[in-house]
Amino acid sequence: MYRSVFGKVLVRQLLLAFRRPAAVLNPLFFYGVVVLLMPLGLGPQQSVLSQFAPGLLWITALLAGLLSAETIFRGDYDDGALEQLLVSGESLYLASLGYVVAHWCLTGLPLALFSPAFGQLLSLPDEGLGTLAVSLALGTLVLSAFGCVGAALTMALRRGGMLLSLLILPLEVPVLILGAGVVERAVNGMPVDSLISILGGLSLLALALTPLAIGSSIKISLEV
Amino acid sequence: MFSQLDWHVKSGELWQIKGDNGAGKTSLMRAIAGLAPQSLEGRLSVLADFLFLGHKAGIKSDFTAIENLRLHLGDAQNGDERQLNDALATVGLADYRDEYAYRLSAGQQRRIALARLFLVDAPLWLLDEPLTAIDVDGVAIIEACIDRQVRNGGSVIYTSHQPLKLQLSTSTLHLRGKGQSPYVS
Repeated sequence: MYRSVFGKVLVRQLLLAFRRPAAVLNPLFFYGVVVLLMPLGLGPQQSVLSQFAPGLLWITALLAGLLSAETIFRGDYDDGALEQLLVSGESLYLASLGYVVAHWCLTGLPLALFSPAFGQLLSLPDEGLGTLAVSLALGTLVLSAFGCVGAALTMALRRGGMLLSLLILPLEVPVLILGAGVVERAVNGMPVDSLISILGGLSLLALALTPLAIGSSIKISLEV
Repeated sequence: MFSQLDWHVKSGELWQIKGDNGAGKTSLMRAIAGLAPQSLEGRLSVLADFLFLGHKAGIKSDFTAIENLRLHLGDAQNGDERQLNDALATVGLADYRDEYAYRLSAGQQRRIALARLFLVDAPLWLLDEPLTAIDVDGVAIIEACIDRQVRNGGSVIYTSHQPLKLQLSTSTLHLRGKGQSPYVS
């Protein structure tokens, strides 16, 4: 019915999320709450807020992604679906790619789509809003890819959340610096095309290479 | 876990693996399926396509019965809609086709997993405790299913604490736990 295991995993994950919408809305809710609390903590001066906005929005996106990463493989590990995937002899590379893309569709993409609204809440100048959305859309793809690697490595541990953060935060920091930097530049009226291209290149590289690591990590976690 | 195991399974053979709890039945099953820990020593070659049904069957409680079959990760080809419906009907779940798995009993969930026996065309079946949570009717279905598979020249290896009533000659592999070599009868 499905040509490749990529499509099957993608449909599976999206359908599961659709059945439990709370899990999908959780990162978005977290993002919204943090953004709404910022003016209360930092004070309502627009100049202060707009100065911090690029960094804040990106940090929040990173944490929101991290928050949901732990659960990516949990269910499929517990009920034996991953075991079945492994014995089916299907390409683990394509399956892992499916998990990454599904996670991005459920966290990064909605965040990117809603980010201009959140940006306005933090008085981010209009010039930065489009760049914020584009940089988040590309950058969260990298974050999802790394998140999946961490989740695949730690799924067999009962409390892997802490370890997961320790493992993948160092990998995600460069993306954070780059992403926040791009928005900063756009706000200051500087050209951002080249940096956006680099971010796009990074996300393609992550899409191409991390499934190898994820596949091996799934095998390790299942003790194969 | 076990040592000195030298064992061949040919096509058309029915094998039961017996042993006390912890003797290594599931570990052996998983090893055959390619899920062995790397520490395992020895040589293992599985020459046939196989279907593996373990303790954990990969049934998602948030999916309906038919979705569970349609989106099962264990099958390269999931069959068309008619085949899926037929398989569900054969295991007695025709009326529960669109019921969420979490609303079904443990035995019914197990039956969803068993429906794959009718969908997957594999010469070797590895069934680890297929009778768990299954009622009398269900056992009869499984017995008929195994019977048909073996008569068609396929092989079945299963573990079970309950005896299966089959008109076939069953070979048995006894696992005797740590340090003792297994024997065949």
